[in-house]
Amino acid sequence: MNKYYLGIDLGSTTSKAVIINEKDEIIGRGITNTRANYKVAADIAREEAIYDARFTLLANRIKQDMEAKPAFKKYMEDIRSVFQYQQFKRRMDRLETVLRDTVQVFPYENKNVIAEKLNEIIETIRPQIRHGFINEDLGARNQFFRDIVSERYNAEVAQKGAAFYEPLMLAFDKSITPVENEMVLYNFKELVLESMNILDEKYQGVADQQEDGSDEDWYFAELNAVKNNYKNIEYSLRQHIEEIVNEEIHIAKMVGTGYGRALLPFPEDCIKSEILCHAFGAHAVFPNTRTVLDIGGQDTKAIQVDRHGLVTSFHMNDRCAAGCGRYLGYIADEFGLSLNELGPEAMSATKETTICSTCTVFAGAEVKELLHNGEERPNILAGLHKAIVQRAMSLIARSGGVRNEFTFTGGVARNQAVLKYVKQMVTDSYGEVTMNIHTDSIFMGALGGAMFARRNISADLPKATKSVEMAGD
Amino acid sequence: MTKEVQKEKSMMLQKEMIEGLFNELSIAKETGKKVCYTFVPGNLSELIRTFDMLPVYPEINALQSAMRKKSAGYIREAERHAHSEDVCTYVKCDVGMMMKGNIGPTGQKIPEPDILLLSYTGCFTFMKWFETLKREYPNAKVVMIHTPYQEDGRITPEMRNYMVQQLKEEVIPQMEAVSGVKYDEEKLKNILALSKEAEDWITKIFDTTKNRPSPIDAYFAGVYYIGPINIGFRGTQEAVDYYKALYDEIQERIRQGLGPITPEGEMKEEKYRLVVEGPPNWTNFREFWKIFYDMGAVIVASSYTKVGGVYDLGWRHDPQRPLESLAEYCMNCYTNLNIPQRIDLLSKYIREYEADGYVTNSIKSCNSFSAGQLGMMREIEDRLEVPVGFIESDLVDPRYFSYSNIKNRLESYFQMLEQRKTLQATENV
Repeated sequence: MNKYYLGIDLGSTTSKAVIINEKDEIIGRGITNTRANYKVAADIAREEAIYDARFTLLANRIKQDMEAKPAFKKYMEDIRSVFQYQQFKRRMDRLETVLRDTVQVFPYENKNVIAEKLNEIIETIRPQIRHGFINEDLGARNQFFRDIVSERYNAEVAQKGAAFYEPLMLAFDKSITPVENEMVLYNFKELVLESMNILDEKYQGVADQQEDGSDEDWYFAELNAVKNNYKNIEYSLRQHIEEIVNEEIHIAKMVGTGYGRALLPFPEDCIKSEILCHAFGAHAVFPNTRTVLDIGGQDTKAIQVDRHGLVTSFHMNDRCAAGCGRYLGYIADEFGLSLNELGPEAMSATKETTICSTCTVFAGAEVKELLHNGEERPNILAGLHKAIVQRAMSLIARSGGVRNEFTFTGGVARNQAVLKYVKQMVTDSYGEVTMNIHTDSIFMGALGGAMFARRNISADLPKATKSVEMAGD
Repeated sequence: MTKEVQKEKSMMLQKEMIEGLFNELSIAKETGKKVCYTFVPGNLSELIRTFDMLPVYPEINALQSAMRKKSAGYIREAERHAHSEDVCTYVKCDVGMMMKGNIGPTGQKIPEPDILLLSYTGCFTFMKWFETLKREYPNAKVVMIHTPYQEDGRITPEMRNYMVQQLKEEVIPQMEAVSGVKYDEEKLKNILALSKEAEDWITKIFDTTKNRPSPIDAYFAGVYYIGPINIGFRGTQEAVDYYKALYDEIQERIRQGLGPITPEGEMKEEKYRLVVEGPPNWTNFREFWKIFYDMGAVIVASSYTKVGGVYDLGWRHDPQRPLESLAEYCMNCYTNLNIPQRIDLLSKYIREYEADGYVTNSIKSCNSFSAGQLGMMREIEDRLEVPVGFIESDLVDPRYFSYSNIKNRLESYFQMLEQRKTLQATENV
């Protein structure tokens, strides 16, 4: 039986899980938003990682086909999106019930009218979201259940008039948290088969697209290829699905990390500091790393590691979270943007507006003043991004500077504008150094945890060799 | 059983000494004894004693207030009187205590000062502190002696002469005037001889951490050990007796192979030996200590316990050179050493006491300690390749002690040390 190892990083904003095999290869990743119930957050992340692992195993079975035929690759991407939708839908069904029940016990006299409005909203957003997952790239946008629903729900509430704003928002606030804190288990096989049926419908409905030599030809070519082949692909997948479903993903050992690690129901020796895990993960992927910067939700860590990936010193922000991910979250709220929109907008800036405030809360007031004075929004955003990176740079300096190869990890490393300023400022302060940023940067802590789990550290020390087969970008 | 009795002996002695001092202070007006407020670094206890005056150490009162959970209220009181949030919290705690009636750690009233003796000027805050007290106690005489910083890492004859001159021309005449006692150099010499003896003992005591397991914690317990020598008992037979008793108790622990005593009993397993730089946090002293002993970490040396005098390098008060040695003493306190000297001293500790790691507790409101701490840490890390840790807290303001932040960092640090030990063990196989 194959052995797998799990690392769970319970962060302040997101909870991540990574499953690796005995060759240190990542076979599953799971991520969810951290919520009041940490255990549920950790369980969801782990379950997600296990589903992801099954898809990886499935993809490995049809590896040759996937490499040779683009249609297979496209189909696998599509089925993942639909699978995500199926998961989403089950939770959404539950939310709809709770929302309706909540409105029924409202003390408002016009609660029947409110219930009608609620129903209209549900009926509007349900197909919107389905369409987003099945026909667009909603599944790939790193959004969580709460974000996806609230974005659309809020937009619809705004259409219903001021009189309904308060009861409808109250209904949502009262319903979302309990639903989010429920652990929903899915039957992998059932969901995959249902997903295939949905894709059947999708591809049957797709008319042949005319390739006309335009830039979008690749897209139509791919779609046409799937449309003409999906029955074959399905047939091929069905041959493997039974085995994959029955294959036990045996987690031989796990390690929990992150700021909520003490709350994880793990034995004491399975709890590791996030500083060690981030460093270990980053070093495993980029073995020449000597300095790691991790910007997470509530803390920023500058870590120095030795050739074994072991930490020699570290520095964290104390007392103030102005340089962390939460700062961005707060700013996004101030502007009414989603977190994912911040970076791209900041990248379109023509200059960086100077942000003086070093306090997250005061920055909000400063932003309002700047907007009032006619500053452009992208420029203000660029200034805010720069301010965060300046804080991180101060921590790096305090921890001993950038000594050699530099690796940037954490959820914030996904933000292109932050990345731009990190590159710029590291180069300005420390000259040309190799800088690593990985697409899996947010998973580095969980990866480090899984790698600690695989090693019995007292018997099997990390080697300073590149042991993880992943491509850096 | 013997161990218990011996343990009590030194503690009892210390308790008696402190109670005796505060009793004397509480009746100073009746007995006519003059009261001298002064600070621990560079304190001229022997000179104060020569003039039959009683010493009061405001920063000791402040830390005692913190340990008795009274500092928050005192600090609030001082802030209500416009002392800024960023001012040294020892100052605010002391000023607040004074405003609330100047009741000391034993519950007895502390008398007003007759002299405010500033014998160490390396901490600029000390000067401002006494300026504040002078406004509150207009009848007190302020006596200030300028202490040259060891900029070049040594005490030159000129620096010594400059200080001796100040002692002769400023300090001694003013102390004579206030106390009404004539300066008696023979008396001072006798006191200094006892000082030297106490200093020999305390050096031997802090040297016992060379044993494995270390029989004492040189930081968390160390701060109790330095009590008598720092609060006016240096130069007394009582201090010599106390340190002898303590030394005997520690020798007994060594014979029995015992580790340090913690508030929860004896530390069973010594897993990590650390050197700590910076003062401790006093408001959550027990919690802070517990994080260390729960992890099996013992502090084998600390800079803070040298704040009232660095004796490790062989320097002693010298009865043959009374004023010269007082001058040297003032210039030789830990925070008057320049940064390279401090690095050398800490490196010596790490090497000689075979420490596994070096931890800095950086104090928000203490410039004397905090300035240069990061650079020192980097240099020590580079020089000795020892894992370093950095935490931040405050002296006596409970608002700046974040238990979860400190615990999180220390936990990471101890896991880091654990990994390092494993690696070394593997490489040595």
